Amino acid sequence: MAAETVRRIEKTASDIHKTILKQDKPSMRFPMRSLSNVKYDPKRGHFEMRGKRKVRTLTVSTVKTFAQTLRMMALSKELVKNDDIATKREAYYVSKNWDEARFLEQPESDAVMDDVEAFFEINREQLGFVPEEKGGEISGKLIIVDRDSETGKPLRIDCTRFGSGAYSIPISVEHLKFQTEAKFILVIETAGMFQRLVKHKYWKTANCILVSMGGVPTRACRRFIRRLADAQKIPVYVFVDGDPYGISNIYRTLKVGSGNAAHLNEYFCVPQARYLGITPKDIVDYKLPTHPLKDVDIKRARDAVKNDPFFQHHKEWVAAVEQLLKMGVRAEQQALAKWGLNYVIDRYLPEKLAHPERFLP
Amino acid sequence: MKKDPSAAGDMVTSKMAIGPGGPGGKVLQMDLFQAGKREGVTPGAPAGRGRPGNGKPTRRKGAEGEPPPVPISGKKKARTQAEPVEAENVEKVEPRAKSRTAPGRKRETAETMARRQREISVAEFFQKNRHLLGFDNPAKALLTAIKEAVDNSLDACEEAGILPKLDIAIEELSEDRFRVSITDNGPGIVRAQIPKIFGKLLYGSKFHVLRQSRGQQGIGISAAGMYSQLTTGQPLRITSRTGAKKPAHFFEIQIDTARNEPKVLTDREVEWDVEHGTRVEMELAGTYKKGRRSVDDYVLQTALANPHAEVHYRPPKGDSWDRERLTSQLPREPQAIRPHPHGVELGALIAMMRETRGRTLKGALQSDFSRVSEKVAEEISRAAGINPESRPRSLKLPQVEALFRAIPKVKIMNPPTSCIVPIGEDLILEGLKQAVKAEFFTSSTRPPSVYRGNPFVVEVGLAYGGELPAEELVDLWRFANRVPLQYQQSACAITRAVTGTDWKHYALQQGKGALPTGPLVLFVHMASVWVPFTSESKEAVAAYPEILKELRLGLQECGRRLGSFLRHRRRLEDAEKKNSYIRAYIPHIGIALKEILRLSDKEEAKVVEVLTDTLERTRKI
Repeated sequence: MAAETVRRIEKTASDIHKTILKQDKPSMRFPMRSLSNVKYDPKRGHFEMRGKRKVRTLTVSTVKTFAQTLRMMALSKELVKNDDIATKREAYYVSKNWDEARFLEQPESDAVMDDVEAFFEINREQLGFVPEEKGGEISGKLIIVDRDSETGKPLRIDCTRFGSGAYSIPISVEHLKFQTEAKFILVIETAGMFQRLVKHKYWKTANCILVSMGGVPTRACRRFIRRLADAQKIPVYVFVDGDPYGISNIYRTLKVGSGNAAHLNEYFCVPQARYLGITPKDIVDYKLPTHPLKDVDIKRARDAVKNDPFFQHHKEWVAAVEQLLKMGVRAEQQALAKWGLNYVIDRYLPEKLAHPERFLP
Repeated sequence: MKKDPSAAGDMVTSKMAIGPGGPGGKVLQMDLFQAGKREGVTPGAPAGRGRPGNGKPTRRKGAEGEPPPVPISGKKKARTQAEPVEAENVEKVEPRAKSRTAPGRKRETAETMARRQREISVAEFFQKNRHLLGFDNPAKALLTAIKEAVDNSLDACEEAGILPKLDIAIEELSEDRFRVSITDNGPGIVRAQIPKIFGKLLYGSKFHVLRQSRGQQGIGISAAGMYSQLTTGQPLRITSRTGAKKPAHFFEIQIDTARNEPKVLTDREVEWDVEHGTRVEMELAGTYKKGRRSVDDYVLQTALANPHAEVHYRPPKGDSWDRERLTSQLPREPQAIRPHPHGVELGALIAMMRETRGRTLKGALQSDFSRVSEKVAEEISRAAGINPESRPRSLKLPQVEALFRAIPKVKIMNPPTSCIVPIGEDLILEGLKQAVKAEFFTSSTRPPSVYRGNPFVVEVGLAYGGELPAEELVDLWRFANRVPLQYQQSACAITRAVTGTDWKHYALQQGKGALPTGPLVLFVHMASVWVPFTSESKEAVAAYPEILKELRLGLQECGRRLGSFLRHRRRLEDAEKKNSYIRAYIPHIGIALKEILRLSDKEEAKVVEVLTDTLERTRKI
């Protein structure tokens, strides 16, 4: 993998080099990175690029970005060759040694990094760049086989043995192997709900693996769930807040990926994920305490129904989102505590898990 | 003078209200009564005219509260523009019915009124209507007084073929009182003429001649004298000498305004170190300020418009300066021309036919107009249906009118334009460069054109950038026959032409219907045998379509040059920026390729060299 990355970087550089020596202006073709350039393919189960591309030809006006992109590739090659990593922030600081070509703010270097990633259509982790954000936590009946970074020997990690803590998903998960008897994976939005389920060993009761996303799932978290679900062929149920953010940002991104890095969604999505709750119907059925939708919620919900290819494809989702808009309220996972702190464990989850066919797609 | 009976009625009505109850009021009522009977002739200027308002719009309060005005009544002619306005105001306050029904009044008779009817001297008229001549506020009064003296000096020098040398000095006597002194090296004035030239309004040499000059009517300097007399009681002091072998004469002159005649207080010979020339000194109420429309600006612009003049300026508060002449060549002497048929008015034509020396109509047309050949004269006569051989004096009014209507139908060559003497592109340019610290200068002298039969030439100069303020409206310097125009900018055709030009085409900013914004000085000169001013104070040029068109063309020409200068500069800046851009970033492409492909230093240098060349080569396309 690493060798392949190095080879592709060298090939790109070599093509540019030859073009320059021919006294021509070299160019690079990048996929467009925006929601308008994605489509939802229900068979493959994730957002795909529509194939729109932008060509960056080396001219007077692009010479700066062109130079920065090439230097970023050079940095990437060094990282991959030396099996090292750099966070986005670190890469930004490395550029401070590039004189005029340095980045003034980190968003500039992030954008160039995203371009390089999209250019090679590989994961930035494969380029040696790693995100700073935390990847998610695991608890339950799962043994992860990692390897020791010094000796290279296999390292078995039993996720039932973290006590009141949890296993932290690493930034790169491609090399992990899994062993499990669990029946399903329960993916949870908030760390608070995850804590409650871990504390009461819900994974034991329900024979499952618990995953905490802590908000919008990181790429590593999505990739981990995807690999685990694929390898073990077990379903993935998602338990998030019953609000437009939980539905359209967290669940949608987990299931089909994001609009920004569409070229990678193939790897960073979990098409088998199903939406357990909280649904608009749950709010009614369980008489949950609610808060009114904020303007930003309403906008997000309308946007999902109007512009998001994923929701538009599923009538059930359009109906559900419109019901939520009509009710004008939202309910959090923890709202179930109204009926008792462990009501979620004793009543809600068992009742819902009895009918997985009723989960939203 | 309009003779509109209804307007007359209105006016009189109001006058009646001014002095209710008093004898004045009674008299006025008679005026009203008479007004309708006078075959539509405006009734005698009523008593209201006697108020000490001097033609300035009087506030209502004063009009009501003052005692009945002293009735300096005069004849019909002296109606001023200001009055109808005030008349209306007053009328609202005092209903006329009140005075009309006042009992026990004596009626005036035509005879009693006739005793008070008399001529108004032009001096009196302008004393009360001094705003018409530019003496409406203290700052403007100071400027106008200097301007009138300077105009006369320059005209005199040029007529005599002398390169002008002007000394302008202003001395502050107190905050609102100044002594100004303008000395020239002109031909001087013979002793006998001095009193009339300075002490009588409408006395001059230029009115009857169709020739480009600064002065026109013969009002200016005597009006300035009258103003100084009015505000300080001091006479005009004139020193003049006509040659080295002649003595210099010193006069102190006042104007008898009632008769429009000079009153000589002093007349003696003096020692004077000036060989020939004239000095005018006056003391007047005024205000000296800096900035736009200031005397400083006026003198500077005068120097600009008269590059052949040497100017020494001594203002009251520092900043004296001396300007050597930019050229020792006098402007070509402007030729006097006969009127062109296309500009003549019916009344003038009637007078010409009556006074001509030509024995036949054909001959009269040929001799009294410019550009009328025998053939053209015959054509005009034929078009009017009159025998070209008929005696002009025998023509009846309808025939002259037919003649008048026939003129536009005949194609007549434009008037000769040799009579116009523009400043010239080179001298405008040189003057601007001297007066303004800017980066870019250009100027354009348009070919002569004609409005209403009068030839004229438009000249435009432009200075851009440098130390000029970038965020303000442009500084517009207007000139007519080399005289800077300082007031009534918005009423002037020049301003209209500037605001009507789309300066955005020339890379300047411009609000809708406004002057453009930017570091720009615009110099616009209109030279003509007769500049059509909007008022006697000669502050704004009237907007004849032909004049507007020429102004616009001149402005556009300079604008285009400015535009291409600015665009060229921008291109150079862009190119420079791109160049430095290329040089800054291409080495990094070399470094990156070297790192990825493990190039040698030589190979890296080659990449940078080839790529720099490639980009710089394509940049020019």
